[in-house]
Amino acid sequence: VCFIPGGLDCSISFVSHVLGKVCVHGRQKEILGVLVPRLTDLTKSDCIWQRICWRLVECVPDRWMEAVVLGFVQRAPGADVLSRLLGNLVVKNKKAQFVVTQKMLLLQYGHTTAVLQSLLGHLSLESPRRTLLLRVLKELLETWSSSSAVKHSPAEQQLYISKAILICLSHLKESEIESCRQELLTSMMEGVKCHLDSSLPQLRRLGMVVAESISWKINTEGPVLKFEYEEDDETRELKSLLVQTPSFCVVPSLPDDDRSEKADAAVPLVPESDEKSHPADPIPVMPDEGSDTDLDSDDDLIPYDMSEDKELKIKAPVYIRDCIEVLTGSRSEDVDKWEATVKALESLVRRNPAAAREVSVELAKILLHLEEKTCIEGFVELRRRAQVAVLTTDPIPVAKYLTSQFYSLNYSLRQRIDILDVLVLAAQELSCPKFRGKTKLSGAQKPCVQLLSGSDSSKGWRRIVDERIKSKTRRFDMGQSRGELASHPNEFNSVAGYFFFPLIQHFDRPLTTFDLLGEDHLVLGRLVHSLAILMYLAVNTVAVTAMGKALLEFVWVLRFHTDSYVRQGLLSCISSLLLSVPMERILADMTEELLETQSWLGDVMEKDPDGDCRRLALQNLLLMENLKKKLEAVPS
Amino acid sequence: MALLPPDPQFVLRGTRAAVHALHFSCGGSEPDIPLLFSGSENGFIHVWNLKTYRVDTALDGHGRKSVYCVETMGDKDRLLSQGHDQRICLWDLAEGRTSVTDSVFTEHVGFCRCSLLKVAQGRWLMAMAARSLQEVQILELPSKTSVCTLKPEVGAKLGMPMCLKLWQLSCGSQPMLLAGYEDGSVLLWNVSVGKALSKLICHQEPVMSLDFDSEKAKGISGSCEKVLSIWSLNEQQNLQVYKTHELVNAGISDITIRPDKKILATAGWDHRIRIFGWKKLKPLAVLDYHTATIHCVSFSDHSNPRERLLAAGSKDQRISVWSIYAQT
Repeated sequence: VCFIPGGLDCSISFVSHVLGKVCVHGRQKEILGVLVPRLTDLTKSDCIWQRICWRLVECVPDRWMEAVVLGFVQRAPGADVLSRLLGNLVVKNKKAQFVVTQKMLLLQYGHTTAVLQSLLGHLSLESPRRTLLLRVLKELLETWSSSSAVKHSPAEQQLYISKAILICLSHLKESEIESCRQELLTSMMEGVKCHLDSSLPQLRRLGMVVAESISWKINTEGPVLKFEYEEDDETRELKSLLVQTPSFCVVPSLPDDDRSEKADAAVPLVPESDEKSHPADPIPVMPDEGSDTDLDSDDDLIPYDMSEDKELKIKAPVYIRDCIEVLTGSRSEDVDKWEATVKALESLVRRNPAAAREVSVELAKILLHLEEKTCIEGFVELRRRAQVAVLTTDPIPVAKYLTSQFYSLNYSLRQRIDILDVLVLAAQELSCPKFRGKTKLSGAQKPCVQLLSGSDSSKGWRRIVDERIKSKTRRFDMGQSRGELASHPNEFNSVAGYFFFPLIQHFDRPLTTFDLLGEDHLVLGRLVHSLAILMYLAVNTVAVTAMGKALLEFVWVLRFHTDSYVRQGLLSCISSLLLSVPMERILADMTEELLETQSWLGDVMEKDPDGDCRRLALQNLLLMENLKKKLEAVPS
Repeated sequence: MALLPPDPQFVLRGTRAAVHALHFSCGGSEPDIPLLFSGSENGFIHVWNLKTYRVDTALDGHGRKSVYCVETMGDKDRLLSQGHDQRICLWDLAEGRTSVTDSVFTEHVGFCRCSLLKVAQGRWLMAMAARSLQEVQILELPSKTSVCTLKPEVGAKLGMPMCLKLWQLSCGSQPMLLAGYEDGSVLLWNVSVGKALSKLICHQEPVMSLDFDSEKAKGISGSCEKVLSIWSLNEQQNLQVYKTHELVNAGISDITIRPDKKILATAGWDHRIRIFGWKKLKPLAVLDYHTATIHCVSFSDHSNPRERLLAAGSKDQRISVWSIYAQT
């Protein structure tokens, strides 16, 4: 497409019409693929061409404006190019303004970061557009800080909005920040609260990163908000958005996320350098050992035998009752002994099961309440292993105790989650005795010590479920098992019920300090995931059908829960149920419920805002199909 | 085949409290009795008769608060003791008296032992931790006039002074102070001028104890970690690390170099006394007698080398006295 140059006044509106019509019919890619690069070149230095281009887009009729603008924004290779091409279109034309400031940012979320950068950069380049930038930022922050948006919108959309916020922040000038400092602060406080309340770690991290960035922007001197979280690619990418490679931008950019730390660290370093201090350079000034020519009067001194000089080891108690005494003792001086006891407890319990059984409930009680007295490495892990050891040695009374404590007053969330983790780990051990004593089971789920999330579990689950599905189908095809594995009695069989049913009993009864269906949805999520694991581990036990029925009912009651972590857990429960309870039993005892569940799963698969939930629902449906087919195909 | 280390020559029992300070006074000739002064956690200072191995006198001057430093000023009749009651007491013990002649109120609530240096006949300099957190005060005794206060620079985060050593190269030269601080650094101060000459960061943990050999311009410091640090002073009066020695168990309470500068002893938290050769820090012996952490070690000042002794006071309420490497 080439234009007639030269001083002729030509009307471009015809071309605009053509452009608009083509774009609206879906041919954006083709036409703009040719047009945009050509226009980019032409408008690079030539003002006239710029004006022509602006006229071109301004003349596009409103009904086709959206398609054209969308196409331009997506194709333009940068904010400055976009500015050259569109000019002040977004200010002059209402439709274009709506598309750019509302539709692309708040209603859609599929655009790439580059597109966001060019869009927002374009808004920041000229002053009439900057007011739009501020407005956009305020609206984005409103969305970001609204608790219902955080709860119900998909994670991808939240990520998109966070990115947009960070890019806007990077474009703001000091004066603008001054004017809206208060609003920024208020939205940040509200937003951070909603985000931290979420059960999904990704959302929490998003909230933390954005809040840190906002706080840094509005508070360049003085303490900045700093959260502790694990850095990963996503957070690094987000933080990099705060930096602008300046082409037109005036915003001062500092290189890194440790900018605030560096700023603080700079201050105390200064006075120290004033001292006449010499760092400890190991420069030997005295004649070193090489010079043996010196008559060494030390040679007269003959050393004594020092072979007994070894590291001082504090002896841990050898009897379990002694351990109990040390751990409950009030003698705070003997911290060395306390440390040694904590380290030795697990192995003592495992080696003396009979002695452990006598005091199992007492030990369980002590361990549940055990606080870190000194700074031992891996205290949480040590305590957990000891608890698991006690539980596996004497499952029934200890399980009774722990499950009753789960629903008791005055425990912290951490302790309740601990109870769940310990029950799950012990169940794992009991059902796979060859892994006795080792808490790491590759391929199966690993309840993490420090993360309060189970999102790792959903990935692990997918693996397990996939493996299980594969194994079932393969067995069907080949008709042969994959080799003889050493068989052990399943110790979980006799105790599965004690682990499972008490946990499911009281979930709907709120206590003054603990309300599963209310604020403590994090614990509810963990409970649901733990029940899923217990169900999975109960395969081949006698109680499995009863467990399955109870679980199905439980899931049914909670199926519309607003927290996506809980919903993921519920779907995992269904998976475990399908994998553990023999299909004949399901079909015999739970037919109606199964059908209802199937329709619910279909619903989730189509309409649930959370991507993981949809995947899990699909998986469950496939699993159901496979199992049904398998059942039908078995030759009678 | 190396010999096993010797057993203690004798063990003094009877303090009934952990022993925090020891000081020998055996320099006198006959008929003077060799004495050992010990300071305990119950506030008593015991005067041990090293001929009979019994307590001759028990001095109670610190209100039952722990006594953590004991020194003699010149002869055994003049004693200086420092206690946790924030006082330094000067005693007159001649002719059987047991009275406190004077006291200095230090307002120091830590455990930094003071250091004495005789600068002229009847005149002493004493360095002690002062009330302000990082400062060291130098007093002249017995007049108790303040000579100077050594303040670190503004912004230096040294923490409390943990151990002090006053020394001078020879009689009449400028007195200097080596101070070990809570942040693990050792500072060299010029007392006359009141300025710090050099700073060396020897340890990551607080410096628990140090000792210095002014002839060789070499010193040693111990801390809560497993490392002994040996440093030296060069001609420009700068401290530099000479070498470090790694111990088997962490924690040193006290270090002292024998007056003949041939060996040194360390008091360990692992209940053991270690003897090293001073020249090259060659490990010589590990004396394992005590059953709790050792708080102090001290060498005797016998004029006859063969009678020299080493004493160690421990939390297990015993004082062990050893004769080791006395022949050299």
